[in-house]
Amino acid sequence: MIEAVGLTKRYGAKTAVHNLSFQVRPGTVTGFLGPNGSGKSTTMRMILGLDRPTSGHVTIGGHPFRGLPNAPRQVGALLDAKAVHGGRSARSHLLSLAQLAGIPARRVDEVLGVVGLQQVAKQRSKGFSLGMGQRLGIAAALLGDPQVLLFDEPVNGLDPEGILWVRNLMKQLAAEGRTVFVSSHLMSEMAVTAEHLIVIGRGQLLADMSVKDFISHNSADFARVRAPGTDPAQREKLTSALTEAGGQVLPEPDGALRVTGLPLPRISEVAHEADVRLWELSPHQASLEEAYMRMTQGAVDYRSTADQKAGLQPAVPPGYAPPPVIPDVPQQGWYAPPPPGQNPYAAGPPQAPVHPPLGSDAVRQPDPQAPARPAPRPPAAPPVPQAPDTPAAPTTPEDAR
Amino acid sequence: MASVPAVLKSEWTKIRTVSSTTWTLACALIVTVAIGAALCALMRSQFDDLGPAERLTFDPTLISFSGMILGQLAMVVFGVLVVGTEYSSGMIRSSLAAVPRRGTFLFSKLAVATLLALVVGLVTSFVTFFLGQALLGPHRTTIGAPNVLRAVVGAGLYMALIALFSMGVAAMLRSSMLSLGILMPFFFLISQILSAVPGAKTVARYFPDRAGSQIMQVVPDAMNSDPAPYGPWGGLGIMALWVIAALAGGYLVLRHRDA
Repeated sequence: MIEAVGLTKRYGAKTAVHNLSFQVRPGTVTGFLGPNGSGKSTTMRMILGLDRPTSGHVTIGGHPFRGLPNAPRQVGALLDAKAVHGGRSARSHLLSLAQLAGIPARRVDEVLGVVGLQQVAKQRSKGFSLGMGQRLGIAAALLGDPQVLLFDEPVNGLDPEGILWVRNLMKQLAAEGRTVFVSSHLMSEMAVTAEHLIVIGRGQLLADMSVKDFISHNSADFARVRAPGTDPAQREKLTSALTEAGGQVLPEPDGALRVTGLPLPRISEVAHEADVRLWELSPHQASLEEAYMRMTQGAVDYRSTADQKAGLQPAVPPGYAPPPVIPDVPQQGWYAPPPPGQNPYAAGPPQAPVHPPLGSDAVRQPDPQAPARPAPRPPAAPPVPQAPDTPAAPTTPEDAR
Repeated sequence: MASVPAVLKSEWTKIRTVSSTTWTLACALIVTVAIGAALCALMRSQFDDLGPAERLTFDPTLISFSGMILGQLAMVVFGVLVVGTEYSSGMIRSSLAAVPRRGTFLFSKLAVATLLALVVGLVTSFVTFFLGQALLGPHRTTIGAPNVLRAVVGAGLYMALIALFSMGVAAMLRSSMLSLGILMPFFFLISQILSAVPGAKTVARYFPDRAGSQIMQVVPDAMNSDPAPYGPWGGLGIMALWVIAALAGGYLVLRHRDA
């Protein structure tokens, strides 16, 4: 059990973590989410007694970390995969850590086996890939067979097999009744690994709830409706009928409509009354990633701007008009595929269409309640290339705030 | 709580499993012995060309330790790397997460490294003394002569203290590069140059290396050097004060700063 109370950390004028209170309970995997620079690593370091909180305190099993009797036997942590002397072999590194806690050398070989590094145990860690470094870090965390485990971005740099392994390892450790606290940027990974979520943004607590609650609290479910594509009048008619019935309707780039505020049977009825046939009527539930993005949208510190490539491109000769740029369609934002079983059109295994995170409408409407989320596209309907009404807007901080 | 023997054992594992330990310590030994031997051989052939004052105050023990000026730099590198690589590699976070008592961690590390430096320092001083005396031929002294054993053991202590001083500085600065960038020019250039400048001489005499190396002199004011205001043990004491200051600084930094 990890318990933080009013945890605050200031570096000069910058507040990294502000008044953070949460509990991490044993027996479940608790995910720790937040954008870059939101204070995740600082919080982890404070839990481990490496950084001293400006105010507030954090305890593990009721003790501050520095007061724990034989800390390595109670708390294992992976903070930084590369925090290893490059000239030392994997085995020597683990041995030096094992000796600190009076752990026998036999255990070192055991954990090397658990993380699959026996083959390279005698090699200098300098030559390790990031994935191998992560495995070594996980081995160090497991060394003391601790009841509390902290992992900071454990799947960074791991191959798919390694990601699956880490996921199962976390679940297994939690199932054994241990406290497992994992930070990650990979929402899809957290969705399948964690049961509980703690979300922070700009050092403040945004959410502390189960994954299921998190998604339903932070996502607007909506329906995708498509009128026959041959007749634009039908679409107009359906839009006005749905709006009259109390729904909010937004056109999607591919010609479908996104409807919120009306249940699916009601949409069907309205369409029937308006005498419009439907080619598509599908429910959509936002993924964890969408819910997360919606929640942290206002709390992102580092946002990319469009690359202008100033001075890197040849000057355009006078009188020459550049060819019109047709952006990639569809202009959709980031999303994860709908969960399996939720999409009536998904006959086969769920497909994951990948689109660049260019959602112009998504960026322009920071209001979390605005039902302007880009929609997951049913895999049955292939994307129809077509120029959007608006050109792609570069993602700028001004737009977002 | 990680017990002190456990931390000592772990630090010994750390220090013996990196090659920089072997390289820096071997370098300290070889450079000191080689330069000492070369200068002793040179002195033997040039002895008759020396001035009368220098001939009268000729100190065969001190001559055999001439290589220390360069050999100590390898000890500085050893001391800096022992502490500095914890920071540069990020290992410090794993170490401190395992040993929440930071004083235990730092002083165990320093104890192991200093003991190793002392052993290598003593081996170096005895080897360089006996080889140097053999090469001096007729001008040699013996280990049984008054104060000679004190000088030889003192030379070993001097090397260990130089390493310990460097460890304290590295713990204060928390960076190998920064520490080497300050200590190397200091010991190799600034201290040597200032001790030759008339006005700065009196201050430079109290620098750690100047004061500490007094222990290696057997003949007072050897080789016609300026008389020092302190004796051999007094000089080593001044050096020890520098070391204590550096260690206190390093400990306070480790204790109060975030890792």
